[in-house]
Amino acid sequence: MAEEKKPAPAAGGGRANTKKELPEHFKAYKHVWVAVEIEHGQVHSVSFELLGEGRKLADKRGVELAAVVMGDDRASLDEAAKASFEYGADCVYIVQDPALKHYRNETSTKVLTDLVNTYQPEILLLGATNLGRDLAGSVATTLKTGLTADCTELAIDDEGSLAATRPTFGGSLLCTIFTLNFRPQMATVRPRVLAMPEREEGRTGKIIEFDPKLVEDDVITKVLDFIADRDTDKANLPYADIVVAGGLGLGSAENFQLVKELAEVLGAEYGGSRPLVQKGWITSDRQIGQTGKTIRPKLYIAAGISGAIQHRVGVEGADLIVAINTDPNAPIFEFAHLGIVADAVTLLPALTDAFAARLRVNRLAS
Amino acid sequence: MHIVVCIKQVPDSGQIRVHPVTNTIMRQGVPTIINPYDLFALEEALRLKDKLGATVTVLTMGPPTAADSLRKALTFGADRAVLLTDRYFAGSDTLATSFALSMALKKVAEEFGKPEIIFTGKQTIDGDTAQVGPGIAKRLDYNQLTYISRIVETDLDGGKITVERRAEGGLQVLETKLPVLITMLEASNEMRRGSIENALIAARADVVTWNAEAVGIEDLTKCGLRGSPTIVKKVFAPTARTEKAEIVEAEGKADARAAALVEAIFAKAPAVESDLLEHAAQHYV
Repeated sequence: MAEEKKPAPAAGGGRANTKKELPEHFKAYKHVWVAVEIEHGQVHSVSFELLGEGRKLADKRGVELAAVVMGDDRASLDEAAKASFEYGADCVYIVQDPALKHYRNETSTKVLTDLVNTYQPEILLLGATNLGRDLAGSVATTLKTGLTADCTELAIDDEGSLAATRPTFGGSLLCTIFTLNFRPQMATVRPRVLAMPEREEGRTGKIIEFDPKLVEDDVITKVLDFIADRDTDKANLPYADIVVAGGLGLGSAENFQLVKELAEVLGAEYGGSRPLVQKGWITSDRQIGQTGKTIRPKLYIAAGISGAIQHRVGVEGADLIVAINTDPNAPIFEFAHLGIVADAVTLLPALTDAFAARLRVNRLAS
Repeated sequence: MHIVVCIKQVPDSGQIRVHPVTNTIMRQGVPTIINPYDLFALEEALRLKDKLGATVTVLTMGPPTAADSLRKALTFGADRAVLLTDRYFAGSDTLATSFALSMALKKVAEEFGKPEIIFTGKQTIDGDTAQVGPGIAKRLDYNQLTYISRIVETDLDGGKITVERRAEGGLQVLETKLPVLITMLEASNEMRRGSIENALIAARADVVTWNAEAVGIEDLTKCGLRGSPTIVKKVFAPTARTEKAEIVEAEGKADARAAALVEAIFAKAPAVESDLLEHAAQHYV
């Protein structure tokens, strides 16, 4: 097995891996990388968010920030490279091959692992999407290095190591995780956890082409088809400007309708807390929180949600958090900006009417 | 066909305590369940068993009490339960866990036949990493199929499988060769009820129990804390925001209070109001 190839961590002591001396062969590992996610020619926004954060980490370390783009279509690869520079990359690795037309674990794992072994980055970041998690787990296992999933904060500590903070124990606490004796230090971050960086038009850098040496006939997994979601099925919670959500305080599945009605008047997306998914009141793609979707709307209205930590970490990026709860001591009032102590079941219909009235009146006035 | 389902026993809820010195999870005294995501994997395995005929082995790594979850899996209709338990596994991160499980799976293959399919849930509710499944696939060189919403076809004679995989904006239809490791998406099926007959069998069933040595692990530095490249240095509660929510104190009926809340929202977020007016202009004409 591949793990035999690498020297074992320093022996002796019960917790050899806490010894903070980077093995000699890892000392050449340098620079911060973001594996850019491209599907159907489109770059996922999470990749730009990671470049923004990667820029800060690279500056702190005094190293370069590089983006890895893979695909088959030259035009979309060039476009992705251009965008990567403008969002902060100093260098872009372009990997073009017909076998990279669609994402497949097999091909992408090989390419990314080969790139890492060739160019040796110290930090490798991926989006915590289905694609990113599928790929990161395989790459980390192949390289036998540490991977921290779903980070909510990335930093460089005083000794230059990546400090990756994530919720733990079902989202009830946070923990900070390090990979001290292995390289690269890998982490994934969910969409919208990090702020979108400013785009600097015309910013450019160096391009390194990488020949992945893939042969389609050797690839075992084939993509037979892609069944696109119908538009009506799509919940775009992470990128919505306004989100209305309900929690157990609604009392029943029927009352969730009140959340939808308010969302409709506001042209908002709707969602709910984790218990609602467990009760089957909403589908899991509408779950808001650490284990569901992270949101960053301009306005977030939480109705009958108590505000457990795992929910809090999923909504803290909202500009304005409005809480409706009967319990004045509910934790949600600790991190909401605006609150009202009220029964959501009674207040929501009134709020829907009040918004509708206010918007119509103002439109007539203007 | 031989199918292995990897499950994990997890705490039933958020009521989890952390050891103040080691920063590791304290499992004592907390009710446990089979990780809910794993039930979709188990059900899918049992459906394949019903349809094509198969032996279903459930495997878990954990403390000796994890045998409870294995017995539960037997009541649903799994045929064999294997528990991998050893104090050397304590404190394993996902890389060390996938190492230990892959060694147990090799032993399962030796003893009971090579599995054509290994199932896991898409992630656990306590760790939430979704990394152990891919780790096992890579170590055993199984083709990896994550976030599978449907198994379209299993062609045992041809050694092939076709599945639908949840991807950004749609479903990928993938065909690959057996053996495979599949992580099932939630809500992809509905768990059956355990039968009384199976419950009786489960109560009497032997749980095959192996330690590190039994599955052929010679180098214990690959296990537990020592075999984990990631190090948890700090566990902490998030700090409270300095200012608490501004409470809208309006009295009276719901409509008056709602109107006051709308005013307060727009006062704090005027940009939202102008966006909404634009939206209203388009939608309420």
